[in-house]
Amino acid sequence: MKLRDIAHARAGDKGNTANISVIAFLAEDYPHLVRHVTAKRVKAHFAGLVRGGVARYEMPNIEALNFVLQEALGGGVTRSLALDPHGKSLSSAILEMEIPDR
Amino acid sequence: MKTIRIGCGAGYAGDRIEPAVELAEKGKIRYLVFECLAERTIALALQARRRDPAKGFDELLGRRMEAVLPACRERGIKIITNMGAANPLGALEATRKKAMQLGIRGLKLAAVTGDDVLDPILRENPIIVETGERVSGLKDRLVSANAYLGAEPLSEALQKGADVVITGRVADPSLFLAPLMFEFGWRPYDWDRLGQGTVVGHLLECAGQVTGGYFAVPGLKDVPDLARLGYPVAEVSEDGSAVITKVKGSGGRVTPATCKEQLLYEIHDPSQYITPDVVADFTGVKIEASGEDAVTVRGGRGCPRTDSLKVCIGCLDGFIGEGQISYGGAGAVARAKLARDIVLERLELAGIRYDEIRTELIGVDALHGQDITRNTGEPYEVRLRVAGRTRTPDEALRIGNEVETLYTNGPAGGGGASKAVREVIAMLSVLIPRSLIKTTLHIEEI
Repeated sequence: MKLRDIAHARAGDKGNTANISVIAFLAEDYPHLVRHVTAKRVKAHFAGLVRGGVARYEMPNIEALNFVLQEALGGGVTRSLALDPHGKSLSSAILEMEIPDR
Repeated sequence: MKTIRIGCGAGYAGDRIEPAVELAEKGKIRYLVFECLAERTIALALQARRRDPAKGFDELLGRRMEAVLPACRERGIKIITNMGAANPLGALEATRKKAMQLGIRGLKLAAVTGDDVLDPILRENPIIVETGERVSGLKDRLVSANAYLGAEPLSEALQKGADVVITGRVADPSLFLAPLMFEFGWRPYDWDRLGQGTVVGHLLECAGQVTGGYFAVPGLKDVPDLARLGYPVAEVSEDGSAVITKVKGSGGRVTPATCKEQLLYEIHDPSQYITPDVVADFTGVKIEASGEDAVTVRGGRGCPRTDSLKVCIGCLDGFIGEGQISYGGAGAVARAKLARDIVLERLELAGIRYDEIRTELIGVDALHGQDITRNTGEPYEVRLRVAGRTRTPDEALRIGNEVETLYTNGPAGGGGASKAVREVIAMLSVLIPRSLIKTTLHIEEI
């Protein structure tokens, strides 16, 4: 199953760092996200795109994970050569991740 | 119990104006806040001001004020905005003129200055966070240095009776925290209140992004009447808890899901969201539906603010030249790839220097690269994009030209070429002690 089957996401930018929230549609699916959508797996998913590290923050209060991706925006919004220098479309990319069925 | 209704009328410099008018006329709000200053906007504004001392503030300020001042005047709604950009006093003057034109009198207009710290930065020569080098190393490439001010000077302006408060660089949530501090008498060390107030400001600051903008996925996350997307209102109680809602009858929707997405937007560590006012902690925030298009948000906390303030530094960083051209039908990708190779070879033959170049096929791999895209099957059409960063505008122009000349000098059927050159202003940051910041409040009555 794809991550998008149980979660929605939003991406934001700060300099050359992107963050992507991954939010469970249903509270009961949050533990499944915690188990399977690890920083390591996200880093591997974005291997060709993110040069720096990936950190994960857990937000059980809103059934969400927040991923912070370093060196992810081609040098930062203001000097990036990318078509999407803000990385706004990265939310759709993370939702393409395959995760085990729950 | 006292509650204050605050609306957000803009989430970025170019944002729509109609929803702000709708808020002023039908939102039953006490404050209308316009957040219009992205990191880079202020550096561009400063350059505009250097060319013309009367400029350097938000280009839409006149249109926005014209659109909302009559309704705000009639209903006693106070306006708070960072549309002053690199010239808050110029913005004050433009607002005064606009009010006079509209026949509006009896308003107190205020501007807060002091975010421009270019001189002290040159004197102190701090270390740049991103590079580890001293500011002096930027030499004449340095164009702007603006500290993020907090809510306090804005709250002081409201205390003095200001109806319109105009600033330059202020942390986005602080624009919303200021009226809460003023209305509820929150002290600058009521950390939990400031933390929760910052949560409310953060949810509002991107305007339509909490009411259904940046959210819709047809069939999965539907948003009704997105074309008439309404902007948000927070009805805030004395303890900082708030109901996020919007004007009845406007488009969009406010749900726990839209609020959750916005709560984490541009956040790194959610337990430490650093603003000039407070280190806010989002990890205890509770988000619950409390009606149709009404979501209750509470539980934000705070820790004492940091001793230093972040300063955004703008520096000239060369130019970006770009060109695009489309190919369609059988073999479109092969022709686009041939076109790409030709452009790169011609740039090399011509001795065009660039610091970095990037080529991509829009429709194939432009957004997320090949690893994630895993394109299954040949697209019917594709658009080649070549972008490079150069030291000179001439070299940047040449990149777009080499794409454009593919019309007559490239593969079959290339169409719709476009090209562009822009100057790059890179944004860096330094931290400076608060003692270097001196804010000044200017008030003018009309």
